[in-house]
Amino acid sequence: MKNAIEVKNLVKKYKKAKINAVDNISFNVKEGEFFAFLGPNGAGKTTTISILTTTLSKTTGKVTIAGFNLDKEGKMVRQNIGVIFQNPSLDVNLTAEENIRFHTILYGIYPFAPSFSLMPSSYQEKVKSLSKLIGIEKEIFSPIKTFSGGMKRKLEIIRSLMHNPKILFLDEPTSGLDPLSRKNLWSYINSVRKTNGTTIFLTTHYLEEAENADHVIIINHGKIAVEGSPHAIKKHAKTLEDAYVKIIHEEAEL
Amino acid sequence: MREVNAALTIAYRDVTKFLRDRTRMIFTFVFPFLFIGVLGSSLQSNLGPQIGYNFLTFVFTGVIGQALFQSTASGIISLIEDRTNDFSQEIFVSPISRYTIIIGKILGESIVSLSQVIGIVIFGYLVGAEISLPQLISLIPVGIVACLLGGAFGIIVLANLSSERSANQVFPFLMFPQFFLAGVFNPIKKLPLLLDILSRISPMRYAVDFIRGVYYWGRPEYDKVVLLSPISNLLIITAMFVAFLFLGTFLFVRNERNR
Repeated sequence: MKNAIEVKNLVKKYKKAKINAVDNISFNVKEGEFFAFLGPNGAGKTTTISILTTTLSKTTGKVTIAGFNLDKEGKMVRQNIGVIFQNPSLDVNLTAEENIRFHTILYGIYPFAPSFSLMPSSYQEKVKSLSKLIGIEKEIFSPIKTFSGGMKRKLEIIRSLMHNPKILFLDEPTSGLDPLSRKNLWSYINSVRKTNGTTIFLTTHYLEEAENADHVIIINHGKIAVEGSPHAIKKHAKTLEDAYVKIIHEEAEL
Repeated sequence: MREVNAALTIAYRDVTKFLRDRTRMIFTFVFPFLFIGVLGSSLQSNLGPQIGYNFLTFVFTGVIGQALFQSTASGIISLIEDRTNDFSQEIFVSPISRYTIIIGKILGESIVSLSQVIGIVIFGYLVGAEISLPQLISLIPVGIVACLLGGAFGIIVLANLSSERSANQVFPFLMFPQFFLAGVFNPIKKLPLLLDILSRISPMRYAVDFIRGVYYWGRPEYDKVVLLSPISNLLIITAMFVAFLFLGTFLFVRNERNR
């Protein structure tokens, strides 16, 4: 199986920082894999995701995403990825449908049209069916400032999948969501994964969400602390969370 | 074609946001109305007869140039607001050129600025500023040029700002002196050396003078009011636009990614 993501000796040092936020890490993520990138706050997770999604420059290292070189083929990298950021990146002044339309036009899926009714029928049908799927069919034409956190997150996921990305980056996608919303969200992500074979790159503090991952990396102070399958990582622990806490404590004692 | 569609949708978003923001719509008219209605009228009453041309019309044309330039520039600065609200991530992670993003922003804010000027023109006409239909039509392409220059100026300012707070502090500081250095309300044919230098490096001066050059073309007041010929202004504006657009976009993208 080919690698969807290849990271070699990645280093990021922020301006005026004394230490590296990401310190010489290397890893691969296979196509279609569910990959969990875990670590405490400030470990370097979001920095790594920002680099891999081209919104932040790296200091050194080599990165290949979906077969494209991050330095030379940034546009192709962006075409092949979907991103759910830690903080919602929706425009609250627009309606849910306008946010989706904006995204599809930026990704070249549909030509520009100033209203929903002028968009192609395939777009209209897709929006209607997706809004029904996540239960916002009544609110799809309402400004999203009236939406709950859960609705916004679902909308972001639908938006990020509109262009059928090969790799979906999820940076703490369920933070702030109630258990039911989290469950619904994961059931939708899993169904998309099964249907499209999308590679998932997840960061989360809810470690039970990573229990089903194919591969896990725990990062601490910018370095990889441990790497392997959830089964291998929790060799001497009941759950992934227990193993994670143990590893982070051991690192702190060193 | 994708880049054109992307620029259009970015522009459309800015226009939609403006149309839904009633407070912004109201406040964009307040200052021009004060400038033309209060300042222009009082200057005309007191200085108009001595100076040899209609001061109300002079201020009216100046305010049109200033409003187009300033409104487009401040609209571009809203990219900082997008950064604060995290919406800029959605734009910057999309597979389009960074120049397309900036051009879309300039286009959208230009449309917003031009729509604001319709209100200013109606108000100016009602309070006695002289404007004919041919003059109004000739001002449309000139107004677009003023918007483009304002937009490009906004980018070069934006590229050097780190936060919404710094934008709120720095932007008025860069804009307000230009009102006087560009001669929006005051004649600047004769200035002390230092002010003359500052005036010549103020981009707004060329937008205002270009509008006046076209407005006063063929009229007896032309030589008293206009500083440079429309062709000279257009050349300077083109050079500034290209420099600001490319340098500003380059610096903005670099600062966004190199943290």
